[in-house]
Amino acid sequence: MGNGTGIGRVRGLGSARHGAHHWLAQRYTAIGNLLLVLWLLFSLIALPGLDYQSVVGWIANPLVAVPLMLMIVSIFWHLRLGMQVMLEDYVHDKGLAFLSMLLLNFYAFGGAAAGVFAIAKIAFTGIVK
Amino acid sequence: MARTTSRPLSPHLTIWKWGPAMAVSIMHRVTGNGLATAGALGLVWWLMAAASGPEAYATFVTCATSPIGYLVMAGLSWFFFQHLCSGLRHFVLDMGAGYELKNNKLWSVLTFVLSTSLTIAFWAAICTGKF
Repeated sequence: MGNGTGIGRVRGLGSARHGAHHWLAQRYTAIGNLLLVLWLLFSLIALPGLDYQSVVGWIANPLVAVPLMLMIVSIFWHLRLGMQVMLEDYVHDKGLAFLSMLLLNFYAFGGAAAGVFAIAKIAFTGIVK
Repeated sequence: MARTTSRPLSPHLTIWKWGPAMAVSIMHRVTGNGLATAGALGLVWWLMAAASGPEAYATFVTCATSPIGYLVMAGLSWFFFQHLCSGLRHFVLDMGAGYELKNNKLWSVLTFVLSTSLTIAFWAAICTGKF
């Protein structure tokens, strides 16, 4: 293995087979978002009201809490991949690019954890309506 | 990196005639990042408020049903439907279909028509409580 040019360093190693992973995950999560967010919108329309009691009583139902958690994971996964592409296009400075990826990961994981925790708390302590 | 200034750069944004395909492309990025920031934060705020109790939920409802709140929610709903429609268009393009000039232009325009119609239908359903 040479250590001169870029091609010299990777020649003979074969494909890493990781090239399409980001692209595919973006599409898998897109389908997840399509199904789950549409389900949320239809559910919001169908709810008798969007007041505290109606919403908490609805989320407390296990058949609501589980898809809602999956929706949060799918949304934050998808937005992490999408915002990564946007930042890679516009943030050219190496240091700032590193910092933006760090903050993006904090945001995506933090947001997803907050969303899932909120749903879990309602589901474990709430009364199903 | 040194560049020979006598050679032309490849044509960029300023030189192309603006078209629907370009509009739908940049709007996919704008709506996606709008939803990723304001949309996701709003969603988590709503869930956190519901998990924190009636008072926190009342604060959320007060903000969400203020004039600015409605404007943000209306904007985000259009962003969602526009991102959904242009995302579905991407699935078709991924399969290698829909690149004929006329078809491509037609579906670019239709994403805007569909997303606007869906947004109006969604709010009509919310306001009447039926779908």
